[in-house]
Amino acid sequence: MKATNVTSDPGPGAARRSKRTRILEDRPVNLDGFVEEWPEVGMVAMDSPFDPSPSVRVENGTIVEMDGRHRRDFDFLDQFIADHAIDAGAAEQAMALDVVEIAHMLVDPRVSRADVLAVSRGLTPAKLLEVVKTMNVVEMMMALQKMRARRTPANQAHSTSARDNPVQVAADAAEAALRGFRELETTLGVVRYAPLVAIALQVGAQTGRPGVLTQCALEEATELELGMRGITAYAETISVYGTEQVFCDGDDTPWSKAFLASAYASRGIKMRFTSGTGSEVQMGNAEGRSMLYLEVRCILVAKGAGVQGLQNGSISCIGVPGAVPAGIRAVLAENLIASTVDLECASGNDQSFSHSDMRRTARLLPQLLPGTDFICSGYSGVPNYDNMFAGSNLDPEDFDDWNTIQRDLQVDGALRHVPEAEILAARNRAARALQGVFAHLGLAPITDKEIEAVTYAHGSRDLPLRDVLEDLKAAQSVMDRGVTGLDIVKGLEAGGFSDVAEALLGVLRQRVSGDLLHTSAILTPELTTLSAVNDPNDYAGPGTGHRPSGARWEEMKRLRHVVSARDPEQGGVPSPGTGRTLSLKEKGPARPGRRAGEVVIGVSPAFGDFFSKTIVDVPHAEVLRELLAGVEEQGVHARVIRVRGSSDLAVIAHTAARLSGSGIGVGVMSRGTTMIHQRDLLRLSNLELFPQAPLMDLETFRRIGRNAARYAKGESPEPVPSRNDHMARPRWQAKAALLHIKETEFVRPGAGPVELEVLIRMRHTG
Amino acid sequence: MAPADLDPRHDYPLASHRPELIRTPTGKRLDEITMQAVLGGEVTAEDLRIAAETLRLQARIADSVGRPQLGQNFRRAAELTTLPDAEVLRIYNALRPRASTKRELTAIAEELERDHSATLCARLVREAAEVYERRGVLAG
Repeated sequence: MKATNVTSDPGPGAARRSKRTRILEDRPVNLDGFVEEWPEVGMVAMDSPFDPSPSVRVENGTIVEMDGRHRRDFDFLDQFIADHAIDAGAAEQAMALDVVEIAHMLVDPRVSRADVLAVSRGLTPAKLLEVVKTMNVVEMMMALQKMRARRTPANQAHSTSARDNPVQVAADAAEAALRGFRELETTLGVVRYAPLVAIALQVGAQTGRPGVLTQCALEEATELELGMRGITAYAETISVYGTEQVFCDGDDTPWSKAFLASAYASRGIKMRFTSGTGSEVQMGNAEGRSMLYLEVRCILVAKGAGVQGLQNGSISCIGVPGAVPAGIRAVLAENLIASTVDLECASGNDQSFSHSDMRRTARLLPQLLPGTDFICSGYSGVPNYDNMFAGSNLDPEDFDDWNTIQRDLQVDGALRHVPEAEILAARNRAARALQGVFAHLGLAPITDKEIEAVTYAHGSRDLPLRDVLEDLKAAQSVMDRGVTGLDIVKGLEAGGFSDVAEALLGVLRQRVSGDLLHTSAILTPELTTLSAVNDPNDYAGPGTGHRPSGARWEEMKRLRHVVSARDPEQGGVPSPGTGRTLSLKEKGPARPGRRAGEVVIGVSPAFGDFFSKTIVDVPHAEVLRELLAGVEEQGVHARVIRVRGSSDLAVIAHTAARLSGSGIGVGVMSRGTTMIHQRDLLRLSNLELFPQAPLMDLETFRRIGRNAARYAKGESPEPVPSRNDHMARPRWQAKAALLHIKETEFVRPGAGPVELEVLIRMRHTG
Repeated sequence: MAPADLDPRHDYPLASHRPELIRTPTGKRLDEITMQAVLGGEVTAEDLRIAAETLRLQARIADSVGRPQLGQNFRRAAELTTLPDAEVLRIYNALRPRASTKRELTAIAEELERDHSATLCARLVREAAEVYERRGVLAG
């Protein structure tokens, strides 16, 4: 479906269309949906004339009026928020502050997080909304950097399968864990598969890296049951909504959710609530309030329930705020408000958001740059076609982009590049560990063929089909037999995966101590709890807070391909069809030529010596062969010299020209940059210059030799057409700099040019 | 048996810094939960649960770092530790909108108090019953 702008569509036979307009119309961003605001029904991000004005009145320690509504008229959210979320003792003083003053406190790094919390605990929903309405996105990011609860940012991945294939989930969980995700979430296409997939997620996660916490998103009661059994480690999809009607449509109330929060804690299981802008208008009952006002109510319900954290940032409704003006600003604001009331925030970026890569990235940066407790509350660890949460803003195809952005900006996105061999080993081992557990528990077997396939697979389309009916029977038996986390531990141990068994037992042991129940808790790979209690965010301006350094920064510097500074040629691939070797023997000082019909080719200090090929791996043997052939086919003689005293192309080419009997010289650098020069020209001038080394191919070198010879004969050849590649710079500029630095290391100051004897031979093959 | 001093800066995480304060509901220490004990059948799923005392310790930590709602949640949770899983799920389902009459909710509150000394949870259920009545989200 292509978006068309009705007002500007001229229709058939109408005026001629601009080619540029057609190009713009075809851009991916125009596949996204955009709508006008309609505040009366809540189709407005955060600035609605129908949102209430902030107010509070406290009598005898009880809030009797909030945001213009008397207590007797409170709906159940108002009452829950007034009685449980807001500190009545702090309310009147906090509410007396001007909203701009509170916004200043949020933005100013010299105001501590604790000082902000002393105020935010007394603020009503309408007041919190008015505060963020005064802030632009950069101010919100500054505030989020300080208000995030945990000092160290983390990340969460989705590990699902379009076929609910447990083998795939295990392998992808292991890979995600290895890449740095500290929480993994799964869900199902066929809900009955849940026990098998949850087991696979747990086994894969602990194989990839110990201490990764796993969850399986299901209906509330089922999710709790899997948690109680120790098959999952935490829970997240405990949804809350911003109007009474929609809350009831979700079959819950703030009190049932508060009870659920206590139920999880009573089993030592970490959990957070979920909410987000747009859900109420999507469900058709926004009571004419803005999306953000309703979301602030959700945030305060979570606060009042005593749950440690919240997943928000629109989540599954992102298409709604994403379609209205300032919607993505509102999404950032909801993350900020969750952090501002001291909740853990798993900050969205977890749903397919846009067709446009630019827009996907722009939506991500407000969480990635300041850092949040979980930057993505679901980065798809599987290709989006396998993502059973209906796709994420990022998927495995974006791993290298993410790692590069982290490295570019020195911002910790909590992921890392892992070499393929390690990933394959982890995927394979996770699948084998699951094979062992399934065998131990008598579940539908996993074949070696499946393990082989999943090791190298990208998604479920690359995997053999499983016997779904057998799997569903097995899943049912897991529930019927009361299989627990400890049974998985035993299965891992029986299968010979003792370290994975230990890791899982370590995770299960956590529920005895309850340390993970605190705000923003994760487990380190050493199975130590890191939370807002022992890793509190201490950002206080420049030089403070979490900044990637030491081992973490070294890890972030690694990417799939990074040119070695010491050996820039390392990792290059010789171009095909090159069977020649080059030998350059120095024959003594180069002397001026006496033949009028000659061209002198001057090579750079390390050409055909330390270096053997150009920046794009064209062998120097071929470069020289083509230049010489080009000269000689014009019946002109060629000599080759090496300029040792400079790595400046103009100097090299001009030196060659001055030694040439014809006055025509060619200079060529190791990386491939080439110039035709003439004795009588100024050194910084030239006849022809070929500055873009990556574009230099054999044909171009041949034509350069030919033209040089024609200049030597006194002709005026048409210059070799210069080429232009606007992407050469991003790809090659840094490597060119390294190659040039290396070339310069071989310069011997004051050393004169030397005559070379050139020997180009076929390489002995076989 | 609550210790007089509990300083979150030094004592948290309890599993690392104050393991001696932690017991499973079955009376085991953390260091007794070993692989050997699991394989030998001496540690079962019943041992991998949190004790009410531990939740109350964690509640004190939450209070002392300025998170009273979290602390209160831990105290309600402490009361629920002795309820069987099915019982917990039953009460949760009863609290859903239009799932119970006021009398049914009141009965649950009384049960919580009488059988489990769960006064905080009982208070939550009673409060729900009042609000549900005023807002028309009781059953029938």
